Amino acid sequence: MKVKMSIAYPTIGASGRTGDWRVFMPVRNRESCIHCYNCYLLCPEGTISPEFEVDYEYCKGCGICANECPTKAIRMVKEE
Amino acid sequence: MIAREVEDRYGFGTNTVNREEYLLKGNSSCPGCTAMLAIRHILKAAGPDTFVLVSACCAVVCEGISPNTCMALPTLDTAFACTAAMASGVRAAVRERGINVIAIAGDGGTVDIGVQALSGAIERNTDFLYVCYDNEAYGNTGMQRSGSTPFGASTTTTPFGKKEDKKDIAAIISAHNIPYMATACPSYPMDLQRKVKRALSIEGPKFLHVLTPCPPGWRISTEKAIEIGKLAVGSCSFFLYETENRSFSMSKPSLDAMKNPIPVKDYLRVQGRFSRMSEEDIEITQRKVDANIAYYREAFGL
Repeated sequence: MKVKMSIAYPTIGASGRTGDWRVFMPVRNRESCIHCYNCYLLCPEGTISPEFEVDYEYCKGCGICANECPTKAIRMVKEE
Repeated sequence: MIAREVEDRYGFGTNTVNREEYLLKGNSSCPGCTAMLAIRHILKAAGPDTFVLVSACCAVVCEGISPNTCMALPTLDTAFACTAAMASGVRAAVRERGINVIAIAGDGGTVDIGVQALSGAIERNTDFLYVCYDNEAYGNTGMQRSGSTPFGASTTTTPFGKKEDKKDIAAIISAHNIPYMATACPSYPMDLQRKVKRALSIEGPKFLHVLTPCPPGWRISTEKAIEIGKLAVGSCSFFLYETENRSFSMSKPSLDAMKNPIPVKDYLRVQGRFSRMSEEDIEITQRKVDANIAYYREAFGL
């Protein structure tokens, strides 16, 4: 029996560069960051690495990281 | 290192955070989608030896445009009504104990359309984890009312607010005498991961009900999505608990909330979908929530 299936392959950026959707971008202040991992754990996209570097290519700019940051070390800055 | 620090901060001794991402970035979910956050943590907790089934729901759209997908695990996209039935089939093909079968479905695919397949799979004692992420409407097709939409919420099919109550899917599932059942919220990611790990260590059918605030559907701003989840738990509109072989335990965030609950009004008024709710309706909702708290206090001596 032959079965026809459509197969998709795992790709980073399956919907293109989602960073283009962004209006405000998160910027981290290294001095006031207390390394609490809130942003890493709560980013829906997983664009914040465990070293707290934001992948601007795919960050959609939802602002959850800035809102949940206990020391407000992440600010949302309007994009140029 | 990271695992150690997160453990200390969240107070769960047995947890380690998997650094691997199985839900790749650049998917087509809306900004601030907590359903994707929940799936990200569920897959992190489940690990690489996992077979995922995704029902027709938001998650299947968020996977991206074919021939690309954001799921880095073997995934089968299923029709709306048969997610749990297909999970039974996959489990019949993959009998090894170490391989997890996780079925992911939205609230429409669980409480309305998929409930008979789910009931059947639990009755057949299929060894799988069923995850219902509950955004309280059919989000994928533009927020139509579902059985899980709460009282008073306006959707595109109930523009003046829903008149009926939310279906209590957790009670329906626990009536099957299921080995493990839990409710979770991605606002408490470590709690969610702990529950997934606990569920996957048990043999037999498991059920996880996850409340996922949806920014476009609930008409909240994207950055508030996590906060709203915390408000839902804090106001006791949603309880976090787990039942294992009929022994009930309330999770810590809900235990804390029950001591001093936030008024339900504070939870409802921040969401645009409840903006047409009258004061009397809010009063009715508050009374229902108080009755729920009283029920849990009395039934389980909390």
